[in-house]
Amino acid sequence: MSEQVEELIKKEYAAGFHTDIESETLPPGLNEDVIRFISAKKNEPEWMLEWRLKAYKVWQSMEEPSWAHVHYPEIDFQAVSYFSAPKSLEDRPKSLDEVDPDLIETYNKLGIPLHEQEMLAGVAVDAVFDSVSVVTTFREKLEEAGVIFCPISEAVHRFPELVKKYLGTVVPQRDNYYAALNSAVFSDGSFVYIPKGVRCPMELSTYFRINQMNTGQFERTLIIADEGSHVSYLEGCTAPQRDENQLHAAVVELIALDNAEIKYSTVQNWYPGDENGKGGIYNFVTKRGICHQRAKISWTQVETGSAVTWKYPSCILKGDHSIGEFYSVALTNNYQQADTGTKMIHLGKNTKSTIISKGISAGRSQNAYRGLVRMGSSASGARNFTQCDSLLIGDRCGAHTFPYIESAHPSAIVEHEATTSKVSDDQMFLCQQRGLDPEKAVSMIVNGFCREVFKQLPMEFAVEAGKLLEVSLEGSVG
Amino acid sequence: MLTIKDLCASVEDKEIIRQLSLEVKPGEIHAIMGPNGAGKSTLGNVLSGRPGYEATAGTVTFKEMDLLDLDPEIRAREGLFLAFQYPVEIPGVSNMELLKAAVDARRTHAGQEEISAIDFMKMAREACKSVGLDQSFLKRGVNEGFSGGEKKRNEIMQMMLMEPTLCILDETDSGLDIDALQVVARGVNAMRSEERSFIVVTHYQRLLDFIVPDYVHVLANGRIVKSGDKSLALELEAKGYSWLEDEVA
Ligand SMILES: Nc1ncnc2c1ncn2[C@@H]1O[C@H](COP(=O)(O)OP(=O)(O)OP(=O)(O)O)[C@@H](O)[C@H]1O
Ligand SMILES: [Mg+2]
Repeated sequence: MSEQVEELIKKEYAAGFHTDIESETLPPGLNEDVIRFISAKKNEPEWMLEWRLKAYKVWQSMEEPSWAHVHYPEIDFQAVSYFSAPKSLEDRPKSLDEVDPDLIETYNKLGIPLHEQEMLAGVAVDAVFDSVSVVTTFREKLEEAGVIFCPISEAVHRFPELVKKYLGTVVPQRDNYYAALNSAVFSDGSFVYIPKGVRCPMELSTYFRINQMNTGQFERTLIIADEGSHVSYLEGCTAPQRDENQLHAAVVELIALDNAEIKYSTVQNWYPGDENGKGGIYNFVTKRGICHQRAKISWTQVETGSAVTWKYPSCILKGDHSIGEFYSVALTNNYQQADTGTKMIHLGKNTKSTIISKGISAGRSQNAYRGLVRMGSSASGARNFTQCDSLLIGDRCGAHTFPYIESAHPSAIVEHEATTSKVSDDQMFLCQQRGLDPEKAVSMIVNGFCREVFKQLPMEFAVEAGKLLEVSLEGSVG
Repeated sequence: MLTIKDLCASVEDKEIIRQLSLEVKPGEIHAIMGPNGAGKSTLGNVLSGRPGYEATAGTVTFKEMDLLDLDPEIRAREGLFLAFQYPVEIPGVSNMELLKAAVDARRTHAGQEEISAIDFMKMAREACKSVGLDQSFLKRGVNEGFSGGEKKRNEIMQMMLMEPTLCILDETDSGLDIDALQVVARGVNAMRSEERSFIVVTHYQRLLDFIVPDYVHVLANGRIVKSGDKSLALELEAKGYSWLEDEVA
């Protein structure tokens, strides 16, 4: 560790802070020293530190965007803490009895088994539970196939060439304000590499990632599918996730080389705030993938959490005949706000993209779809189909659609369909007349509305997503 | 089973049902006929608790309970079934999903276990067959793209699966071809029992050749203006409704 960092630690922690390097949290604020500290904590090589510092400079020169259809109090970036080590065993709850009963109740509604509840709630369990051995077999199988799946902090050490080659190539540091911030201070995240021609033998789930505690705030994920390979990646889980950090800014980069295919599925359920709109996570995410020749990237997302969501998983269709897909369900309730959608940038010939977006607004929430389809001047024969449906529950919420279409090639075809509907009284009554209570009725109707997107999710995820909508809609009728 | 006493009901502050009384005993079939706009569907809606249809006076007792006091889903779970005149579509929700939830709601209410997926599928396939719908209708979205006749058959299938104690059929015969009419009639006749009662709203005496009612009532202007046996239907067929209105006036 550099002297500078030692200095910093002494300085900051003089007033009786824990000086134990293994368990402390940095006091709020961001400056170069903080970035050096983060990098040093991870024992990063010099090039990684340089990269972070460069990003920090970029970030300082940028301004927070204000074009999205969301409103929140100004964020004081100097009041945010940019590093927190995992909680030590002593600080964690000893058993589920010490965990917030509301949280446990929700776990039960979602049907999450006890030992998983313990893991999710961060209970300090020393007993070896089932999933540890599951993780081990999981890792062994992947190794056999030559698949690399590890924390990105580990990849920086083990696979520096790959990381150097691809990090920041799809989402450049100066892409946007939050991406620049993430590049400077990213905590951890996944690194995946699928070798040429390999079909990843199982779904890669963040659930199995070791070292996932406390990395949610500035997560950084890099997935590289080499030529002709295939991978399906699952992010998040349906269980509600709480986090003391209100500001989240993740970056995900996908690289699909020639003939490769990446399927990326997300279920996002960060704490949305209470029914009065208090608390809740601000989620500013940059997700983008690049498709080379005949490659395919498919994004599927189910967004139910966060107080504010700002997220546009996108595809750059660089290679000829490449394919981009975006399937999205975004549900907002109470005072939640979501501005989400996608960008499909067609550069290659005969590239194809499909966008299916389902927005559901309940309570006093605001739900916006924002999508860009750009047909570049070389994108002859390119096609896009967009279907964008909004469903309203009650009359105090809002749905908004902002499609942007830019076509620089006369042979490109862009189709856009949009509908807005309400959960009708007649539909509700039909369900009730068949014995369903109003909450069950709404959730069934909403699930039906989302069916096209749920079909894209891996089986077990789809079932969970259905239950998740039910829980998220609680209190939306009555 | 069902006792309606001096029931008054309004929709959007407009009085539609005026002091209507009716007694339905277990095992009976009552046919209700009457001109368009008389209040037949409104009666079904009030009995099943559709929001917006408000009972302003009178009482309704169903299986010794104050029916008007129950939420619509509780009425359904207690065994009151309404086959809709205009069944609504619920896109993306499969028929099967809705029906399993419906059957389970009724069972858990009665303190029984939920039905297993396998047993349910067996029952549902049977029901499909007996109303002449292809199995594929179980997988399709509720009423989504169904033809008029298919929607009505689907209502009867739902009725069979839910095994209600009181069935209200609102013009289930309208828009049916002659074969479908027989299907509906067969469905009702097969379900006919000592413990189950039916209120059948229809415009056509033809249906009553297949489903033979114990009573026929004429509803006009929100009240029952004449009651009789099956022969009343024949008389109506011959003479229309105007003579009744004269008689009442
Ligand atoms: N939701 C509603 N809003 C306004 N008026 C209504 C509503 N429902 C029923 N009505 C009115 O109440 C009266 C009775 O209607 P209802 O549907 O009960 O008649 P019906 O006897 O079933 O007629 P039909 O034989 O044509 O089906 C009509 O004048 C109708 O316009
Ligand atoms: Mg009617």
